Amino acid sequence: MEAFSIVVQQADASDQQNIEAAAGAGLAYGLAAIGPGIGIGYLVGKSVEAMARQPEAAGMVRTTMFLGIAFTEALALIGFVVFILLKFA
Amino acid sequence: MFALEFPPINAILRWPDIFPGFNKIGLIAVVSALIVIVVFALANRRDPLLAPAGSRNLAEVGVDFIEDGIVMQTMGKQGLGWTPLLLSLFTFIFLCNIPGVIPLIQMPATARMAIPMSLSLLVWVVYIGVGLKHQKLGYLGHLLWPPGVPVALKPLVGLIEFVSTIIVTPFSLTVRLFANMLAGHILLVTFGLLTEALLFAETSQAFLVPMSILPFIMLVFLTAFEVLVAILQAYIFTILTGVYINNSMAAHDDH
Repeated sequence: MEAFSIVVQQADASDQQNIEAAAGAGLAYGLAAIGPGIGIGYLVGKSVEAMARQPEAAGMVRTTMFLGIAFTEALALIGFVVFILLKFA
Repeated sequence: MFALEFPPINAILRWPDIFPGFNKIGLIAVVSALIVIVVFALANRRDPLLAPAGSRNLAEVGVDFIEDGIVMQTMGKQGLGWTPLLLSLFTFIFLCNIPGVIPLIQMPATARMAIPMSLSLLVWVVYIGVGLKHQKLGYLGHLLWPPGVPVALKPLVGLIEFVSTIIVTPFSLTVRLFANMLAGHILLVTFGLLTEALLFAETSQAFLVPMSILPFIMLVFLTAFEVLVAILQAYIFTILTGVYINNSMAAHDDH
């Protein structure tokens, strides 16, 4: 009986650790997604505005928009990699 | 509560060896490279005076896209010599990405770190080599200090520019491609598992089983989205390569 309770206790400890890791991972990715979310929204919104004002420049605006998205999105993706590391590693 | 057990990360990413040192990822990469080589070699052998057909048609569409959509946008006319490199990068990355949504294969080769990292290191060597070739040793100066930096700020700016060009650039190029494909793969696995868990749920509440259609619709939608991501990531990797090469070439004109 005593051994059994020890096993239960150990399971609880590792469960607790898993829960903490999962919560930390979720929090890390959530925080990492805020900035890039705002940034990409602003960026694409402005690009659509520019394209609507000057449709003949749409090609150039679109290329630059994708470049900007690529740079902004990198931060969210690093956050995602941290999430994977916290959750699984 | 559903007893939904998400498998450990290695179960969805690490494939058993087909023969020692060679697994599905390697197979996909080799097949992608072979497809690119065969298509363009066949296209090259056709008589250029005849109307394009078959593989030549395909190759011409690709070359047009790279020249108009990437080279002219980032480097202008002087960069047209870089079309072969950018075209091979684009097609290879795209063909490595797209198995992520092909049924029965369902694994993007770029969702493991190795291929994106090798490609970024290649790009890194290329743009530093281009800088050294076009600007000789002056490139090292341009690398550290953009024109017009006050002397007092030079150590700080030099440090920041050094770190961003030499370390952050290839790192972000790698992580952008790798993490995008990994995220897509995990997303598809999640919804696939959810569909399966609901469909085969051993539960007394029978209404749960037909509800498996909801994650299934999401799975189909996400698969279509992943096709878009596969094209977009290949495009972004290529266009960033163009921008970096152009930066190495063009900084000379600023003085």
